[in-house]
Amino acid sequence: MNAPTDPSAIERAEKLQGMGCKRKRVEDVRFTQGRGNYVDDIKLPGMLHGDFHRSSRAHARIKSIDTSKAKAVPGVVAVLTAEELKGVNLAWMPTLAGDVQMVLADGKVLFQNQEIAFVVATDRYIAADAADLVEVEYEELPVVIDPFKAMDADAPVLREDIKDKKDGAHGPRKHYNHIFNWQIGDKDLTDAVFNKAEVATKDLLSYQRVHPCPLETCQCLVSFDKIKGEITIYGTFQAPHVIRTVVALIAGLPEHKIHVISPDIGGGFGNKVGAYPGYICSAVASIVTGLPVKWVEDRIENLSTTSFARDYHMTTEIAATRDGRVTGLRVHILADHGAFDACADPSKWPAGFANIVTGSYDFPVAHLSVDGVYTNKAPGGVAYRCSFRVTEVAYAIERAMDIMAQKLGIDPVDFRVKNFIKREQFPYQSALGWEYDSGDYHTAMQKALEATGYRKLREEQKAKQEAFKRGETRDLMGIGVAFFTEIVGAGPSKNCDILGIAMFDSAEIRVHPTGRALGRMGSKSQGQGHETTWAQIIATEIGIPADDIAIEEGNTDTAPYGLGTYGSRSTPVTGAAIAMAARKIKAKAQMIAAFMLEVHEGDLEWDVDRFRVKGNPEQFKTMTQLAWAAYNKVPPGMEPGLEAVSYYDPPNMTYPFGAYICVMDIDVDTGVHKVRRFYALDDCGTRINPMIIEGQVHGGLTEGYAIAMGQEIVYDAMGNVSGVSLMDYFLPTAVETPIWETDYTVTPSPHHPIGAKGVGESPNVGSVPCFANAVNDAFKFLGSTHIAMPHDNYRVWQAAENLGLHQ
Amino acid sequence: MSKINVTLQLNGKSVSAEVEPRTLLIHYLRENLNVTGPHIGCDTSHCGACTVDIDGKSVKSCTIFAVQAAGAEVLTIEGMAGADGKLHALQEGFREMHGLQCGYCTPGMIIRAYRLLKENPNPSDEQIRMGISGNLCRCTGYQNIVKAIQYAAAKLNGVEHKEAAE
Repeated sequence: MNAPTDPSAIERAEKLQGMGCKRKRVEDVRFTQGRGNYVDDIKLPGMLHGDFHRSSRAHARIKSIDTSKAKAVPGVVAVLTAEELKGVNLAWMPTLAGDVQMVLADGKVLFQNQEIAFVVATDRYIAADAADLVEVEYEELPVVIDPFKAMDADAPVLREDIKDKKDGAHGPRKHYNHIFNWQIGDKDLTDAVFNKAEVATKDLLSYQRVHPCPLETCQCLVSFDKIKGEITIYGTFQAPHVIRTVVALIAGLPEHKIHVISPDIGGGFGNKVGAYPGYICSAVASIVTGLPVKWVEDRIENLSTTSFARDYHMTTEIAATRDGRVTGLRVHILADHGAFDACADPSKWPAGFANIVTGSYDFPVAHLSVDGVYTNKAPGGVAYRCSFRVTEVAYAIERAMDIMAQKLGIDPVDFRVKNFIKREQFPYQSALGWEYDSGDYHTAMQKALEATGYRKLREEQKAKQEAFKRGETRDLMGIGVAFFTEIVGAGPSKNCDILGIAMFDSAEIRVHPTGRALGRMGSKSQGQGHETTWAQIIATEIGIPADDIAIEEGNTDTAPYGLGTYGSRSTPVTGAAIAMAARKIKAKAQMIAAFMLEVHEGDLEWDVDRFRVKGNPEQFKTMTQLAWAAYNKVPPGMEPGLEAVSYYDPPNMTYPFGAYICVMDIDVDTGVHKVRRFYALDDCGTRINPMIIEGQVHGGLTEGYAIAMGQEIVYDAMGNVSGVSLMDYFLPTAVETPIWETDYTVTPSPHHPIGAKGVGESPNVGSVPCFANAVNDAFKFLGSTHIAMPHDNYRVWQAAENLGLHQ
Repeated sequence: MSKINVTLQLNGKSVSAEVEPRTLLIHYLRENLNVTGPHIGCDTSHCGACTVDIDGKSVKSCTIFAVQAAGAEVLTIEGMAGADGKLHALQEGFREMHGLQCGYCTPGMIIRAYRLLKENPNPSDEQIRMGISGNLCRCTGYQNIVKAIQYAAAKLNGVEHKEAAE
């Protein structure tokens, strides 16, 4: 799209506040005045509150459950256990990954804090009191916590319900605690390359179990109307239509009797994609009691039960020539999925898009094998601010590239640049099956090097290392580099579905007679600012000011069907649907304009907010005039009205990329680090709202910092989960959070209607390996090759201790 | 459990409700008075989403009982705009500087920043970061929150804030 050049057009374009401008957010008007409407803000007459009694054990048979004391508490209306749920065939529920999951413990418990009984009472204090009074008698069973021991010959059987099943949702199982093996790439060719490799590295790179931890926990409010036979579900749902489909499938209700509403959501980051026992229990409780039932989990429940992220253990091998050219990549991943396989991935991708593990590099051959196993941990592997399993493998490849560079004695930047996919190679077919749409990695890296003065930093580091060796300083300087390629925008129907529904997304635009408009989308903002940016796309496309366009999402009764917001898919998929719907409107408006101006359609050209006659710009009809005409005098044979719907099935994923550089100083005697600089260059293609992009990048970098430098959901040998309140789980405050420097290049996606690629998750994907590489870089001149995440002060101190630096 | 009357001044008006003595102030505000600006994020007084101003101090309202606030003057986000609907400089600053995304931490963050600027009308960026370190945000990385508070400080001091949101 060419920018207008004449002054009147520029002025008119500015008034639209369309794509490319730093439009202030529409949402902020209500949020800054305390007028957001989150799930827990909603109250319905007669509303009850539900709370769980949870397992104190990680693995145990349940000998008995006594709910009598709980039921005796004044104000308690009902107590549900698996027995009650069996009556409605809901003791178990299907997961998004093709497994089944207990809603309430059925015969045994498989992880600590698992849901056992759901107490419903007239207020939340009573529900909590009574939940404590549920008595459970356990018979302890041995636990499996270490995923590397899950498939031992004598490992305890975790899932007795499927212990004899030889096949799972993703093919054959080789052990009763095995979930799937997934392989891609040419194994024989890859093995052959490694057999004759001049240089090879092999490292176990583990990405610890973490949790997205949005500030608002998961919650819902369910109201069943017995007379109408309809159910209304308010919830913290990143994908409200998917939730409605799940309800339709398991309850056998028609969709028009299921009203799923996602109101304002207090952050999601992947946590709010799945369906959790709290939702099912609230629904059953509302049906049983005939009253609305609200369930709001507390923070400990959130961190220990509703999903987790990562827990990937990646044995990563690179083969290369002595002069630094990569010749092969071989990766095996052991994936700890917890007690049930409830990972939120597209159906055909049990390990998400882990085959993006070749990253930004031109590997001629590669092979990836992933084994998923059950352990006595919480289920629900979600994409914590990343596309499906992309952050994990970006960490693996970016660490492994550093390790190989170290082995070869080449600077990590030079090693990367030498192996980058070149601009002229796009669209690029990767060895593991993806077609990268566009990229210009060399330009981005060069810009990053210049902006940070990279070569000078290396000189400074060398001098500091000499000083350290002479005993003149106790500080180490680390320079972390990461160059990531994401894969987002799931996804094309040819390879992406959830519950059999293709992963398209949708937009409906109605232009009203006065030239204002309403847009409804299948996506659902959780802070991304869709109400602001979606209107900007429409404004540019059809010339209606963004301020005159209202955006609605989240109500399944009114929004067109969409697969929701996660995996950075909103801009690549919904954004495309919006542009396509707008173009349908524009095409109809053009016909109306031609009729009104008595010219042929082909004689008209678009000019910011109007169609004008070519060569006679005084003859024009503005979109406001055309909107009125659409309801007043359309050409003969044309239907009146001006609205359009688009369901967009993307032809390909999009591949945002970026160059990140971190400079960090580490005190070897305390393990305390200081991030001196963090530079993030992101290329997300066409930029819709630079202000919002920068905000997304800041947020993603902060989450990446938290993960790399401290977050971990820890289980002890007994399966006790610890570190699951904000007392222990690391959420950086404004004091720890580094100051971010952001930059960009623009390489549009060739297949996306507006060239946009999506950005929300790139900074998490890129920054985690960048921080980890900085820590490792600080120590590598002392002989260290890999220090595992998270890099909290104690572990960094321990790394220094292990290197003998404290004598 | 027997109930007790708690009366206090909320955003300049006298309010009261009958609550159990164990009722936390945040639940008194949200459940009894329908004041839903302050949020609950952690239950352990770490996140600050529930921050309100009580008698000139920032207080995490999940950490005290409603009865402890009896008779106090309490300010929440709902009381920040003027009677004429004019937004406080902080409310304006958070929007101008893109200091919020999901909005969940925002009411607590603004109320905390309000007290911070009362205590220190000309804070450095470092002082702001320390001053809001009891309030967690998962979306913004704080950088634009610092700018938003600087915007408000400048405006309250009658100076024009120059720096744009990134």
